Amino acid sequence: MTLAAEDGGTARPHTFEDGAETSPEKLLAPVLSAFWDEDESWTLDVYRRHEGYEGLRKALAMSPDDLIAYVKESGLRGRGGAGFPTGMKWQFIPQGDGKPHYLVVNADESEPGTCKDIPLLFANPHSLIEGIVIACYAIRSSHAFIYLRGEVVPVLRRLHEAVREAYAAGYLGKDILGSGLDLELTVHAGAGAYICGEETALLDSLEGRRGQPRLRPPFPAVAGLYACPTVVNNVESIASVPAILKNGKNWFRSMGSEKSPGFTLYSLSGHVTSPGQYEAPLGITLRQLLDMSGGMRPGHRLKFWTPGGSSTPMFTEEHLDVPLDYEGVGAAGSMLGTKALQCFDETTCVVRAVTRWTEFYAHESCGKCTPCREGTYWLVQLLRDIEAGKGVMSDLDKLNDIADNINGKAFCALGDGAASPIFSSLKYFRAEYEEHITGRGCPFDPARSTAWADQHTEVHA
Amino acid sequence: MTTTPSKGVGLGMPELPAPPYPDDVHARLERDAREIIARYPDSRSALLPMLHLVQSEEGYVTRTGMRFCAELLGLTTAEVTAVATFYSMYRRRPSGDYQVGVCTNTLCAVMGGDAIYSALQEHLGVGNGETTDDGKVTLEHIECNAACDFAPVVMVNWEFFDNQTVESAKRLVDELREGAEVSPTRGAPLCTFKETARILAGFPDEREGAVSASGGAGHASLTGLRLAKGETAAPRVVHPREGATHETPGDRPSDRAPGNAAPHDPSPGEHLSSHDAPEATSASDPAHPSGPVAEEGE
Repeated sequence: MTLAAEDGGTARPHTFEDGAETSPEKLLAPVLSAFWDEDESWTLDVYRRHEGYEGLRKALAMSPDDLIAYVKESGLRGRGGAGFPTGMKWQFIPQGDGKPHYLVVNADESEPGTCKDIPLLFANPHSLIEGIVIACYAIRSSHAFIYLRGEVVPVLRRLHEAVREAYAAGYLGKDILGSGLDLELTVHAGAGAYICGEETALLDSLEGRRGQPRLRPPFPAVAGLYACPTVVNNVESIASVPAILKNGKNWFRSMGSEKSPGFTLYSLSGHVTSPGQYEAPLGITLRQLLDMSGGMRPGHRLKFWTPGGSSTPMFTEEHLDVPLDYEGVGAAGSMLGTKALQCFDETTCVVRAVTRWTEFYAHESCGKCTPCREGTYWLVQLLRDIEAGKGVMSDLDKLNDIADNINGKAFCALGDGAASPIFSSLKYFRAEYEEHITGRGCPFDPARSTAWADQHTEVHA
Repeated sequence: MTTTPSKGVGLGMPELPAPPYPDDVHARLERDAREIIARYPDSRSALLPMLHLVQSEEGYVTRTGMRFCAELLGLTTAEVTAVATFYSMYRRRPSGDYQVGVCTNTLCAVMGGDAIYSALQEHLGVGNGETTDDGKVTLEHIECNAACDFAPVVMVNWEFFDNQTVESAKRLVDELREGAEVSPTRGAPLCTFKETARILAGFPDEREGAVSASGGAGHASLTGLRLAKGETAAPRVVHPREGATHETPGDRPSDRAPGNAAPHDPSPGEHLSSHDAPEATSASDPAHPSGPVAEEGE
């Protein structure tokens, strides 16, 4: 089955009652991205023109406990990968404990394939700042932090500017909008470490230490930053809160499913005709996204894809109709993760792809626990040998075995993430591994996978 | 820190403490550092931004810089060194004005990042982490930089150069070496690595127009929005940079990943993304071709 636009509508199970809905106007739901195409979309002026900070006014009219309950009832779940209900995270913060409370926004977006928070912050940083003020009011925090990965200076500039604007307009600082709420917001640039996207490693890093994960319990809600109650939320989760307040929880629940309500950003990348950000209700399928956007690049077929970054087990074209929500992807054997839909066509060598991801995990393993530190190291050695045609058949079981000794046995989720591509690629593409071994090398030509490969062909046609 | 006989001690003695900054430099940096420390409830949180700050002074994190951080934060230099060596953005030796990082994580690598990276290595005559003789460009391969919908991506001083080709990347480094003003696809006209490090330390870029440079969202970020609004998706931009010529990329054999000729046949020793993972494999132990745990069941 090719996924070019012309035959994309054939022979599919219908997920919509009225048949194969392919109209992007009906399938997509731009909320956070609604005005990214406007001039100076990142400024306070433009944000206000789109009812910016109206959600905050509504929130401040509620009691903090009611606000937490409201966000809980909206059903908003964490957009950073795990899908934990956001309102519940807020509710876990002990109140009246006499300690400072902190909100830390995880803007360390580094999961391979994931590219939603960075464009969001580049085009619309005030949605995050408004969400931060609302969240801090709810959890009674007077100091919030944005932990932004350091390698994105253009985004850092706009965050600096947006925070300055928000202070000047009275959305940050003392007695915000006359509510009595005081809030300081600090933008903190990281220094290059994937592991700092893990929430407890992020906290250690924010405390000026090596970014290594902490033992839990105690959970951050009890002992987080500076051993005080702390909420750690993903950028997109917090940025979604103002729209929920502004438009109402029922509006939010009108999108997506009962257990996965709302809208979210899907990031389409790889060998597709139109890579980019697609904001849609949860539960859209990759087939729908590809159908509306021109499919795979002309003349090529989808081979494998990730639903939510490299740490989520890969899918193949048999999974095109899996609803991309937490339950749907989970039931199909993977995880929704960050909704980073990396699509690879038939020119791509799975062994090469998995080797490179595994090298990434080995590079980024913090070294704290043995299964991950040693396991990722040995996976890389075996994979490099297989890719170079120096592997033996027993290496494949050994790969599985090592991945099994990392998965669930590592200190944090980085280890599980490293095991995912190994398990899933061996499950769907074992024959391709075997081909590397029996053929003493890689049967693929990497030149055919490049973005310009087909231009090259045409020139010489 | 081990002994360094070449420096004249040579008796198994520990390295002497690093010299401090000159007084005027120290005073200037201390003012900045105090401002950073004041942002946090606990002073140690200032360490990462302060390491960016000392990097903005000398272009890399020196022993002097680490000593400065330790003294201001009441830490030992060992504690500071432990942190400085953990994070990949802190350089540990002098490097170029422009850090050119080619993404070679899976998606960008497949889309052409590997070809770009090996072409730049050959074009510049440097390897990973090495700097050109003129001190302008330090070449690196980097990990996923959250711009996969713009693949293949090259970062220069952590500004985005989207949808690169072998040709556009070569032109980019040539322009950097010539001293031309270079603007990224997304981000502000390039400043030096040191100036970038100062922004990372939390001091906003004061240049006129820096925040608004390159406009709003990048074209790929708008793909879904334009479809939702019933507008046609923008055509794919292959040559994003102003002044770029429009020859077809990759249409010369020399553009096609020199040193990595098809069929794809990397060996562990020459792998493009060998990182700092140790290289030794069964290749170094031919008696055990199946690898490290060969005894069981073989």
